[in-house]
Amino acid sequence: MAVTAVSGSVARPIPRLRRMEDERWLAFALLVPTAVLLGLFIAYPFVEGVLLSLNSTRVGIKGEFVGLKNFDKVWNDSIFRTSVWNTFWYTGVTTVFKLALGLWLAILLNRHFRGKALVRAFILLPFIIPTVLSTFAWKWMFDPTFSVINWTLFQLGFITQRINWLGDPDLAMTSIIIVNVWRGVPFFAISLLAGLQTISPELQEAAAIDGARPWQRFWHVTWPLLLPVTMVVVLFSVIQTFADFQLVYVMTGGGPANATHLFATYAYQLGIGTGLLSEGAAVSLAMFPFLFLIVVVQLLYIRRVETR
Amino acid sequence: MIEGAAWRKWVFYNIPLILFVFVLLFPFYWMIITTFRPDGELYRPWNAANYQPFWTNNPTLDHILYLFEETSFGRWMLNTMFIAAVSTVISLFCGVLAGYALARLNFPFAGGLGTVIFVTYLVPQTLLFIPLAEIIRNFQLGDTPWSLILTYPTFLIPFCTWLMMGYFKAIPKELEECARIDGASRWKAMVYIILPVAVPGILSAGIFAFTLSWNEFIYALVFLSSPDQKTVPVGVTSELIRGDVFFWGPLMAGALLGSIPVAIVYSFFVEHYVSGLTGSVKG
Repeated sequence: MAVTAVSGSVARPIPRLRRMEDERWLAFALLVPTAVLLGLFIAYPFVEGVLLSLNSTRVGIKGEFVGLKNFDKVWNDSIFRTSVWNTFWYTGVTTVFKLALGLWLAILLNRHFRGKALVRAFILLPFIIPTVLSTFAWKWMFDPTFSVINWTLFQLGFITQRINWLGDPDLAMTSIIIVNVWRGVPFFAISLLAGLQTISPELQEAAAIDGARPWQRFWHVTWPLLLPVTMVVVLFSVIQTFADFQLVYVMTGGGPANATHLFATYAYQLGIGTGLLSEGAAVSLAMFPFLFLIVVVQLLYIRRVETR
Repeated sequence: MIEGAAWRKWVFYNIPLILFVFVLLFPFYWMIITTFRPDGELYRPWNAANYQPFWTNNPTLDHILYLFEETSFGRWMLNTMFIAAVSTVISLFCGVLAGYALARLNFPFAGGLGTVIFVTYLVPQTLLFIPLAEIIRNFQLGDTPWSLILTYPTFLIPFCTWLMMGYFKAIPKELEECARIDGASRWKAMVYIILPVAVPGILSAGIFAFTLSWNEFIYALVFLSSPDQKTVPVGVTSELIRGDVFFWGPLMAGALLGSIPVAIVYSFFVEHYVSGLTGSVKG
């Protein structure tokens, strides 16, 4: 009532502004820029990608419709199968290590000590420095001839000859996993630390008074309360890792002998490197069902937490 | 929490923490030391007798000079900065408006739209880069900064929207209602009352978006081709490796200098960055 009375005494608003008073029109106007950009550069490419994967386009050659032939071809491709296996192995192993080490680091940081703010700021560096640039530092540390890691192991007496970190297929994958864990631990630690800080210390004290050992206090008090944050962090990280490109591209480029390809690097090699655009698009899209599943799980989980 | 003798505190807290910090920061130390180490020391086999890896007595600026004299490193820095800044501004603009609409306004499908934006937040760049490259070519945007300025918002807007929604929801509705009673229009109430209160959130989203776009690699790698148009991560990758030869000195110098702008932005706004990071996963 007050609103109409006041606006009546002021000059009559022009119709465009009046229309903005209607929540639906205002909402529409506010959402237009976002909808245009996301529609143009996510929805449209997605449709294009599906079409592309169903025909036989190469660079410079407009293809024709071939149905699921690309997917069939890719499925019988041993490099593709290796990439699928690699992607799951890479995602699984790094996630376990990132969660374990990240939680440990978060617990170490969740107390008062001098220089805490500084330590927290510094440990996030691996996460904020552009991945490609820090990965080059690792590649240089893993260099077959000039590796500082080999030098250290040699000086400590652990090895007598060099370890060819990136030259051996299994070791190359392990090296890539190490770098991914190194980059991901700060993200886990800081997010979990934020989760830990919302848990009231009184709960810990109460459990301690009741005679719970430190391990029991963690497992029965802290962990259940931390679980919602943990789930979200893990699922975010799983998606990022599953679709990773930069790290493998810089460290090995998918080598040696195509042994360390992931979905994304193999799609790049086929689509951009070789110019087989349709096959590349098919390899990329093959990620979609898995990503979709992960997102659905996440949405269901969030809904469950919200309705609880 | 900590009970018992001092040695326990050391064994269970201090030593593990020191190890963590050491491992997390060592690659950056290695970057710095390589940048200033002359080639003669750099390419000495790891098992050579007089190898002294952790220090150099003959620091040199050769690698940094090489970057600026022999490559377009300066251009790459400016390109990256321009692209990151403009796409951040675009994303903030869109994200703030959309976040406000989704958090505050009643309209049909509001919940559904929120979910759609959350889902696009999770679409990785590697899923769509091949068709997107075709689209960029059809729009005549290939090899221009605009190919990135217009595509980076696809992963920045959902993030900004998500973060801003959280912020707007935390601002009490009464604040806006007061302004409306005093005669402000909806639009004015939003711009003059709610946005100023949400500045910390906007700053967090902006810092985070800036670091994300500085970090982006695959779009820049695929959409840009001429050396002068490249961003730092792509330029370093493509121009400092010739065939099998890695120019490690300039490479590390490029990695170091290319990290400095993000590191500076980060160091000024650590708290905002952290709240952006944790806000992004809270949902």
